[in-house]
This record gives sequence, C-alpha cells and structure tokens, in this order.
Amino acid sequence: MSAIESVRLSGLALLQRVERFFDAFFGAAANPWRHLGALGFYFVWIALATGIYLFIILDTGIEDIHTSIEYYTHQQWWLGGVIRSLHRYAADGLVLAMLLHLARELLYGRYHSFRWYSWITGVPVIWLVYASGIGGYWLVWDQLGLFSAVASAEWFDWLPIFSDPAARNFQPGILNDRFFSLLVFLHIGIPLLLLLALWVHIQRVSQSDVFPSRALGFGTLGMLLALALVKPTVSHGKAELTSLPELLHIDWYYLFIHPLMYFTSPAGLWALAGLATLLLLALPLLPHPRQPPLAVVNPPNCNGCRRCFVDCPYGAIAMTPHPDKPGHELAQVIPELCASCGICAGACPSSTPFRSVDTLLTGIDMPQQPVGALREEMERKIAALAGPVKIAVFGCGCAADVRRLQGADTAVLNLMCTGLLPPSFVEYALRGGADGVLVSGCREGSCAYRFGTRWTEERLAGRREPHLRPTVPAERLRIHWADGHEMSSLKAALEEFRQNLQSFGADEKRLRPYTPRRIAQHG
Amino acid sequence: MVSKSPLNPVALVGQALFYGLFAVIIGYFSTSPAYRHLAPDMALIKLSYSHHGQPVTECRKRTAEELAKLAPNMRAPMACPRERSPVTVEIELDGKPLHKSVTPPSGLSRDGTATTYQRVEVPAGEHTLSVKMNDSVRHEGYNYVREEKLVLKPAQIVVIDFSADKGGIFFAQ
Repeated sequence: MSAIESVRLSGLALLQRVERFFDAFFGAAANPWRHLGALGFYFVWIALATGIYLFIILDTGIEDIHTSIEYYTHQQWWLGGVIRSLHRYAADGLVLAMLLHLARELLYGRYHSFRWYSWITGVPVIWLVYASGIGGYWLVWDQLGLFSAVASAEWFDWLPIFSDPAARNFQPGILNDRFFSLLVFLHIGIPLLLLLALWVHIQRVSQSDVFPSRALGFGTLGMLLALALVKPTVSHGKAELTSLPELLHIDWYYLFIHPLMYFTSPAGLWALAGLATLLLLALPLLPHPRQPPLAVVNPPNCNGCRRCFVDCPYGAIAMTPHPDKPGHELAQVIPELCASCGICAGACPSSTPFRSVDTLLTGIDMPQQPVGALREEMERKIAALAGPVKIAVFGCGCAADVRRLQGADTAVLNLMCTGLLPPSFVEYALRGGADGVLVSGCREGSCAYRFGTRWTEERLAGRREPHLRPTVPAERLRIHWADGHEMSSLKAALEEFRQNLQSFGADEKRLRPYTPRRIAQHG
Repeated sequence: MVSKSPLNPVALVGQALFYGLFAVIIGYFSTSPAYRHLAPDMALIKLSYSHHGQPVTECRKRTAEELAKLAPNMRAPMACPRERSPVTVEIELDGKPLHKSVTPPSGLSRDGTATTYQRVEVPAGEHTLSVKMNDSVRHEGYNYVREEKLVLKPAQIVVIDFSADKGGIFFAQ
C-alpha cells in the first residue's frame, strides 16, 4: 500500500468516526457530513432565491448601487438586510460544503473508474462557484468590492488576453454606470452557468441528492437566519478610487485569493490555481484498481419488470424492447455507467433462491458473484453449522469485514454490496437451518454505491420490491450497519443477537423448515 | 430516507450546538481576520497608461511617381510608417529613482498602444514626484516631464497616467 493510500485510509477512518458521532445527534438522514452535496445544492437554492429579491431592489449606477444596498441593509434591515445576509452566508456555506464534499469524496476514493465523469465535471463547478461569489462582492461596490475588482483585474492582466490592462478601468474618470450593468449581467450569467455545470455534474447518478432532508433543510435555514440576525452583513465604506481602507474585513471563503496573490504574485497565483486544477483533473487518470466485471443481463430470465432499472444508483440500466417477446421489455446494461455493485441483482425477482432449478440463473447478475453461486455457498455453509444458535451473516465488502465473524456457529456470506442481497435469501437461510440472520453493511450515507444500504433496509422492511415476506419473524432478523472501523460494534451486535435468539424456545418464532426438492432428491 | 432525526432532548441540544458551531465557522471567516493590504503609513503609486508612441520615422510626402504606381483609391499624399516608438518612463521620488520601464508597442506590426500597469508602495508623507516620459525614438531624452509636490496620506492611491488631451502626464489622486 502506498503512503498516499495509507494517509487516505487513515483520513477515511477518522471521517467515518466523525460521521458516526454526528449520526447520534442528527440521524443519518439529517447528518450534514453525509449530505454535503445536497447541502451545497441547498445553499445554491437559497442564494438564487434571495438573489432574485436583491436584483429587484438594486439600483445599478456608480452612485446609486452603494446607496441602494445601504438602504435595504439598514433602513429595511428586517427584510432586505436579512435577505442580503442570507444571500451572503448561503454563498459562504456553499464554499464550505463544496470543499468538504470534495475532501470527503477524495477520502472515500470516489474519483476514478465509473466515477471519473462526476469527478471531472465537478472541477469547473469550483471555478464557477468562485467566479459567481467574487463577482457578487464587486456588485456591492464598497471599498472591499473595489479592492476585489482591482485585485482580480491585476490577476487577469497577467494573462496576455487584454490589449489594455483591465485594472486601468478602476481609475478616476473611467468607470461609468454601464460597468455596473455588466456586473449585474455577469452575476446572473455566471450563476446560471454554475447551475448548468451542476446539472452536468449529477448526470450520471440517479435520484440525485439535490435537496437535503426536511430536518437538515430547516436546521440549516434556521442556522443561516440566526446568523443573519446576530451578525448582519454590512458593507465597507463607499468605494474610493484614490484610497484604500487600512483594514479590509474580507470574506476568506472567496477572497483569500487576493491576499494570496499579493503574498506571491499574479503568476504565482495562476500557477497555484492551475496546478490545483490539473491535479484534480489528473486524479482519475492515476493508476487505480481495475473495476470488477459489469452486470450481465440474462434475457431468458429477465421479465422486464424494471426493478433493476429503478434501483440502479447510476442509471446504468436501460429498458429496451424484448427481441423475442413482443410487448415485453428487456434490461440492458450501459457499460460506461455500470458501477459493478450488484444492486441490480438484488432487485431482480428472479434472484429468489426458492426457485427449484438446479442452476439458479437470474435476470441480471454479477459474473464475479452470481446469485446461483451465492445460493450454493449459503446452502453449504449453513449445512456445516454447528452449535446451539446458528447464525447466517450477510455482509458487505466495503464495510466492516464480516469474514472475521466466521465460526462453527456462524456462516458468513460476504457480498460486494449488501444491496446485492435478494431479500428472499434471508427467509431461505432461516428455513434452511439458520436460527437467525444478521445483515450488515455500510452505514446510511457511507454506502460505496449510494443506495445499497437504503434499498436493503427498505426491501427487508417490506417497503420496496422485492420485499421480504411478512411471515418472516422480525425477531430472527437483525440489521446492523457498521463502517470499516466498526468491527467491535459488529461483533458485539452479533453476540447480543445470539443471546437474544438463545432465549427463544426451540420452535418459537421459527419458520417451517424447507428443503429444496433438488437437495432432497440428490442430497 | 431510511433513518429519521433523533428527537430526544440530548440529540436536539447536540444539533443546536453543532448548528451553532457551523454558524460560528461561517460567520467568523466571512469577515475575519481583517486583512491589511498596505502596511501602516504607506501609500500606493500606480503607473498606468495606454499610449500610442510616435511613429519611428517622420511621415514623408510621396513623389508623383510613387503615387502613380498606387491604385487610385490608395493615393494618400503622405507615407507614414506603421511602427510606433516604445514608451520609456522614469519615475523619481524625492530625487531618488523609483521606477524605470520601457514598454514596446503592441501588435505584430508594432503599431499598437504601449500599455502598462505597475504598482509601487511608498511611504506616506510629503514627496516630490517626478515623472519623465519619452514616446519617440526620434527624440533625445524625455519629451514629457511632470514634477509635483504631493502630500500622500496613508493608504492613498496616486495614479500616474498619460493623456494628450490633458497635456501629457497627469496625476490622478
């Protein structure tokens, strides 16, 4: 393992501990760490909504712009002032959420293989967020806005793209009202481009997380409102082209580039920005583990039910007319989108192990872990169990390592993703000799394939097809999500489950045993 | 979503604390720490001009033979070179050299404006600012000179610019 990979994994373990800690207070659905992308979108929505109001009341003239902003900041503080502060703090929150989202995806290693597209298209988003935000500061046209405009112009003047230095525009007698019309146009146009870039960014994920949960949304809005009231956004003094204020209260989320440029040089800042951009763009090209084989459709066993199409987290399944059955559809895997997660195989109704065929072939399957092989492995391992309480454990290769639970009384089936588990396997295990079934995997929001945890929980709870039959006693099924660093928690959950099962009578809450005909006949 | 937000008092207090921390982080770095762009008691002189230098040679009158060789619509009586002179500027503050630059004309034919934008930080206070400019290779020495006593306040910006309409070099302050 390389030193960089080792650092990444250490950082990931730390991040997962933080996420788990926040789960205790927020729950996974409202945990901001688990929904940084959605939070970023939410800040964009707030900035856009508040921006519309600010646009309506803004006077765009060299003399009027500062006056109009001062009016609604102070005289109309209860509406215009609060909205201005919300606009500003939402923009700041966007940078924070965006950078944390970037760091989180980096630590989770989500930047190569099938994810290259989302990673690469995220890079221009960073530039557009900064361009949108910095342009907003110019629009205020206070001393800070002037400083930022001049610094930005001096930065761009290093590039040989202007015949006259852009910074010359900020001299007495040169600026006029048309400049502010241009600024308004830019501060609307660039955020619209940002929206377009965000739309492109999420094209390869289905059911994109662009709105946070209600709890997280209300909590975040309340936080911004409280901040707007406690620390309202105010302007610096009116822009003076012939003097600078001694101290500038700069917004470090956006304007840090200006002190950085004066600390280095325009060329130095271009080098840093260019290097960071190139590094981000090059990351997916660096050597990475090969992606496992993709999902394969088995047409004779696909009835066109669309469950894999609905459940695929990356929109990698398309439904096409069935070549042999008129009026029917057939699933088709789009290779460049497939994540090799197996969630589609878990969604396929043909994946039920109760089918009497000797060789279980399902409608859509993973070559590296076919459902038929999983059934054979489960039958073999459960048959070999010994002890007073026999437990079958289904785990996930991306989460806490369930293989370490293997024992004489514990049969472990390690899946590529828990989402690959057809719910009927739980009933099959219970009727085939297991006293209980423990299902584990990544915590909600940590799933390497987005929806593996969520779909599994919903399928087992009967809220999603294919569902676990309600006749399966809930007491004999235990779900315990555990990330990679939570092995001890998983072990404790298994022991607690075992003791719980031990307290049941021999036939209490037990399903009728089932021996498949093919086993009864052939042994 | 699979899970719901916990609603027990400890969780709610924890949420309030973390939202508060989030607000503090957003609020603090949105204005702090303050940034001082210029050191105290310093002012800024900017040299900024966009100026066409003089043609490198004099215009001359075309002879009748030369005019006859040209297409009728191209028979301008004077022949002027496209190439312009570079612009040389020398700045002195209180008699000491502060800046000197030679800016070539832009364009492939060297017929565009010579433009520059430079910043020099200087101590605030009373100074004699002297600016000399040469915009013609046919002229020895400097053909534009301006010298002025200035009282620069801390953080003041003085722009040295050139405009033929304003009589050459001027100080915007």
